Amino acid sequence: MTRRLVITGLGATTPLGGDVPTLWQNALAGTPGAKTLDYDWVEEYSLPVSFAAEAAVAPSEVLSRPETRRMDRSTQLGMVASREAWADAGLAEADVDGDRLGVSFATGIGGVWTLLDSWDTLRERGPRRVMPMTVPMLMPNGAAGAISLDLGARAGARTAVSACASGTEALDVAIRMIREGEADIVMAGGTEAAIHPLPLAAFSSMQALSRRNDDPAAASRPYDVDRDGFVMGEGAGALVIESEEHAKARGARIYAELAGAGVSSDAHHITAPDPEALGATRALNRALESAGAEVAEVTHVNAHATSTPVGDKPEYAALRSAFGDHLESVCVSATKSQTGHLLGAAGAVESVLTTLALHERRAPVTINLENQDPDLPLDVVTGTPRELPAGDQVAVCNSFGFGGHNSVVAFRTV
Amino acid sequence: MADKNEILAGLAEIVNEETGLETEEVQLGKSFTEDLDIDSISMMTIVVNAEEKFGVKIPDEEVKNLSTVGDAVDFIANAEG
Repeated sequence: MTRRLVITGLGATTPLGGDVPTLWQNALAGTPGAKTLDYDWVEEYSLPVSFAAEAAVAPSEVLSRPETRRMDRSTQLGMVASREAWADAGLAEADVDGDRLGVSFATGIGGVWTLLDSWDTLRERGPRRVMPMTVPMLMPNGAAGAISLDLGARAGARTAVSACASGTEALDVAIRMIREGEADIVMAGGTEAAIHPLPLAAFSSMQALSRRNDDPAAASRPYDVDRDGFVMGEGAGALVIESEEHAKARGARIYAELAGAGVSSDAHHITAPDPEALGATRALNRALESAGAEVAEVTHVNAHATSTPVGDKPEYAALRSAFGDHLESVCVSATKSQTGHLLGAAGAVESVLTTLALHERRAPVTINLENQDPDLPLDVVTGTPRELPAGDQVAVCNSFGFGGHNSVVAFRTV
Repeated sequence: MADKNEILAGLAEIVNEETGLETEEVQLGKSFTEDLDIDSISMMTIVVNAEEKFGVKIPDEEVKNLSTVGDAVDFIANAEG
């Protein structure tokens, strides 16, 4: 008998706000998170892209000074989200068995600020000045390790690293940890803090970023004919995943069921999505199968939809292929239009939004969609939030990453 | 040249920055590991920051001999002299 898993706590620190209530309020209102970057290095390096979606609340405002000093910004953001989710789940005062508590916290890049700052230190000031915390700060499992320490989680701390599919894959890992009987509770999520000149230059160099420097708020425009690339974002999302029996035994508030997940790989091209979207389709099908869900039960999709000219199309092909005619009855939210693309945190933050959409029966809006690409005939939620129907239903959250990673999570109302 | 009180105050600031301990807790008789609960990684960070602040060299092999705050203050005072 497969164990049912539920979501009992949510946390997020994003360009739309430093916590989940602010994120949700802004996601329903349609608030652009991207702004012109106010740093000398933008001009110093003549970066072709001068804007991004930074975390609305700096983690240094929330964490203590020694914590800030010993954690990379990516771990700091993850820690803020994890603590919010933990408190939200009512676990801060609970007596939790640490041996049955796991962590699955993903990132796309890891401690890129620490890595590159340390390299500068080495070159400018010599090896003696390279701080001894450099390695634990830059490693991609830094957030998972720090969170396990913070919570006393001893059932394993794992890190899925699959570029922009990482945050969603973290939930697949969490499902496996609980279904395999390794843990009763898993703190799952993803974090990213890569608004640094090097990733900005590198993503620009591959023509992946929007160049709408004169109007950052309008730059992330998934499905619009004038979309010209994604907008770099940063932040973290966290979800407390719990076996249903454990959650019910402690009388926890349940947002939704984490019903299943599907992961696949394209083996097509290192960065370009497969135009036939076979891998993405397989991930969608597997997620529904893992959830024991029928296509007809799906009412809402939080799409990957990064706003790149080439990326949005294959996702449509996958949705059409997996859902067939039922796609007409599915409302789609492309929340990266507001948050920007949080890379390895994207799937985690979007899973928080998908969970809330089911819990509150309201799908968040997509902004900047002025002329919908006729090749992408989706029912996109724009203007005002969409009321979801009454009754039992399923929503899915898609993420795809460089390397050909496809990861889909399915949620069900409770 | 800084006197020992100034060195102690400067060291306390470095320890506070690294660990969050109140500066008043950083006293000459306190052991870094036993009393202040400072691990080896934090200790190395404190040493490197102290080298920079006081313009001295504290060789790695010397660090294990600095068991108390007073040991460190003495070492820095002598190295400066």
